[in-house]
Amino acid sequence: MPILIQEFGFSDRPMNAFLEVRNLSVSFPTDDGLVQATNDVSFSVELGQTLAIVGESGSGKSVSNLAIMGLHNPKSTNISGQAIFNLETGPIDVLAAPEETVRKMRGKTMSMIFQDPMSSLHPFYSIGNQISEAWLLYNDAGKKEAKARAIEMLDLVGIPGASRRVDDFPHQFSGGMRQRAMIAMALINNPKLLIADEPTTALDVTVQAQIMELIKNMQKEFNMAVILITHDLGIVAEVADDINVMYAGRLVEAGGVDDVFYNSDHPYTRGLLASIPRVDSFHGGRLSTIPGQPPSLIHLPSGCSFSPRCAFADHVAGNKCQTTMPELTAKAPKHLARCHLSASEIESAVKKGVGA
Amino acid sequence: MVYLIFGLLPIDPARISCGVHCSPATVLGNRHRLGLDVPLYEQWWRFICGIFAGRTYGDGVAQFTCPAPSLGYSFPHNECVTNVIANAFPFTLSLAIGAFILWMSFGISFGIIAARFRGTWIDKSATAFVLIGSSLPTFIVGLLVYIAAFLMHWIDPISQGLWVSPFSDPFGFFKNFIFPWITLALSFAAIYTRLTRGNVIETSSEDFIRTARAKGVSNRRILVKHNLRTALAPLVTNAGLDFGGLLGGAIITETIFQLPGLGLISLKAVLHDYDLPLIMGTTLVAATFIILFNLIVDVAYAYLDPRVRIQ
Repeated sequence: MPILIQEFGFSDRPMNAFLEVRNLSVSFPTDDGLVQATNDVSFSVELGQTLAIVGESGSGKSVSNLAIMGLHNPKSTNISGQAIFNLETGPIDVLAAPEETVRKMRGKTMSMIFQDPMSSLHPFYSIGNQISEAWLLYNDAGKKEAKARAIEMLDLVGIPGASRRVDDFPHQFSGGMRQRAMIAMALINNPKLLIADEPTTALDVTVQAQIMELIKNMQKEFNMAVILITHDLGIVAEVADDINVMYAGRLVEAGGVDDVFYNSDHPYTRGLLASIPRVDSFHGGRLSTIPGQPPSLIHLPSGCSFSPRCAFADHVAGNKCQTTMPELTAKAPKHLARCHLSASEIESAVKKGVGA
Repeated sequence: MVYLIFGLLPIDPARISCGVHCSPATVLGNRHRLGLDVPLYEQWWRFICGIFAGRTYGDGVAQFTCPAPSLGYSFPHNECVTNVIANAFPFTLSLAIGAFILWMSFGISFGIIAARFRGTWIDKSATAFVLIGSSLPTFIVGLLVYIAAFLMHWIDPISQGLWVSPFSDPFGFFKNFIFPWITLALSFAAIYTRLTRGNVIETSSEDFIRTARAKGVSNRRILVKHNLRTALAPLVTNAGLDFGGLLGGAIITETIFQLPGLGLISLKAVLHDYDLPLIMGTTLVAATFIILFNLIVDVAYAYLDPRVRIQ
C-alpha cells in the first residue's frame, strides 16, 4: 500500500522505504479533554538517510516517535495509523504488532537516545553494566564477553581509555561522554533505525557538534536510518537529508533540506527560519519572532491551526484560513506544505513585505 | 545532658532506697555509698569513668562492684543497671527483629503490588490498609490483638514474661512473640507500604526507566533491576532508623504484652520506682542504638548509591 508516498510526491523513491509511517495519530485523554498530540502524520525514512523533525515544544515531535518505539503507556494513550518497518524478514507494523514483538525490536531494530543523558542513565549501575545489559538482551553470551563488547563500543564512540572508564558510573562522566555512552548503548546491537530525541539540547555548544558528528559517522558505519528530533535548525542544515516541520501535532511542511530551507512554502517554516540570528545579515534591532503562543492541543483554532499567528492569513481570500484546514499538498516536486497559498502566492506576498 | 537533668530533679535516690522508716543517718550513709555526696559534675565524671572502667560502691563489708561497662546501680532491682538492661534486652531485641522482618516483607510487597496494579481494586485495598494501619494507635491495635489472642487461647499471660530462648524452644519463643510482633509491625507495615508504593511509582516515570524500555528490557526485569533498586534505597534510611529506635524499647507493645524488655523496665523505672540510674542507663542505650544505626544507614547507603561513595 505505498500509495500515500506517491501522493506525497516522493514517487521517485523506492516504493517500500525502510520505515513508513502512515496516518499516525496519538492522543491522550485527560480530565480537560482529549489532547491531540499527533494528528494524521505520514512520513518515511530510508536506510542511510536522516530525517529531521523540527517544531516547537509540544508540536508532537517526540510523541510520534515514542509511538513508533512503542514507549507510550497503552492504557493512557490512543494511537492509530501504521508504522511499518520493511525488514528483510518482511514488513512489521509496530503499531499493530503484539507488545512482545515490539519489545524485541527495541534496541535491536530501532533504538532511541534522549535529551538528557544524565537522567537517562541509571545512576546506580556502571556505564559498562548498562551497555552490556543492552547487548546481553539479544546475545546469548557471558558477562565477560558483554563487557568486552561494551568496551569496544565505548571505544568506537570515542571515550578515551574505554577499558578503564567502563566501570565508571554515569555521574563520573561529563555530559558529552554520557551522551556518547548512550549512543554506544543504543547502537550496540546494530539497529537499523536510530531515533535521536534532541540529543544535543542538554549539552555544551562545543560538545553538540561532536555528538552530531558522531551520530553521522555511526550512521555511515552501520548504514542506519536516523530520525533526528530537534529544534536546532543549524544542526538540521548540517546533517539532515529531509525535514518534517510539525506544528500543533500536524505536519505543515516536508521535503528535502534545501527545498525547505531555501524555498519554504509554509509561513510557519519561514517564521522559524527568520528567527535564527544570522551573522552575515544582522542589521541590528530585535530578532524576528513568530507572534503569539503555540495553540492548546485540546482546543485547536478552527481552520488552519497556525492561522492566528500567521502573517499571510490576510492574503487568503474569504477567511479560508479561519474556516478550512488546508491539506498537505505538493508545492513543488518532493516538497509538501499545508497552506492555502501556493508557492508563488507566498513569494509575491513576501515581496510586498509580509512576514519579513 | 541526661545526667544533668536527672541530677537536678528533686528526687533523692538515697532517700528512696531506704524505705519509709528511715533515719537521716542511713540516708547520709546511702548517699555516700552511692557517691551522691559529691558535686554533680563529679558524679557525672564518675558515671562516665564507670562506663569504661567499672565502678565500686561503698567500702568495707558493704562494698560491691559493678564491672565495666557500668551504668550505675539500680536500687529497686538491687542490681547493677548493666545487668538489669542485659536481662531485658533479649526481649526487646527479639521483638524488634521479628517485627522488622514482618513489616519489611509485608510493607514492601504490598507497596510493590499496589504500584504494579495502580488504580485497580488491589491498589485501593492497599491504600485502605495504609490508612487504617497508620492511623490506629499502637495501644488500640495491641489491645485488640491481645484480646483476640487471649479469647482464642493462643496466648498465655503468665508465660509471656518469661524468657524462652529461640534456640532451645523455637515454638515457645514464636508463641510468645508472634502477637507482639504483629502489633508492632502493623503500623510500620502500613507506612512502608505507602513509602514503597510512592517510590516505585515515582521511579517508573524516571528517564532511565524509559531508557531501559527503549533497550528492550522486559517489564519484569525493569521492575526488579531498574526500578526497585532506586525505589527501595531511600527505605534503607527509614528502616535503619526505625529499627535502631526500637532497640531502645517498644514501650506500648511491651507493656500490653508484659514483655520485660527495655521499654517496660523504663516505664516502671519512671512511673513506679523513680529509678534514676536505670532510666539513665536505658536512655543511654537507646541513644547509642540510634547513633549506631544512623552510622550503619550511612554506610549502607554508600554501598547502594555509587554517587555518595567517597572516592
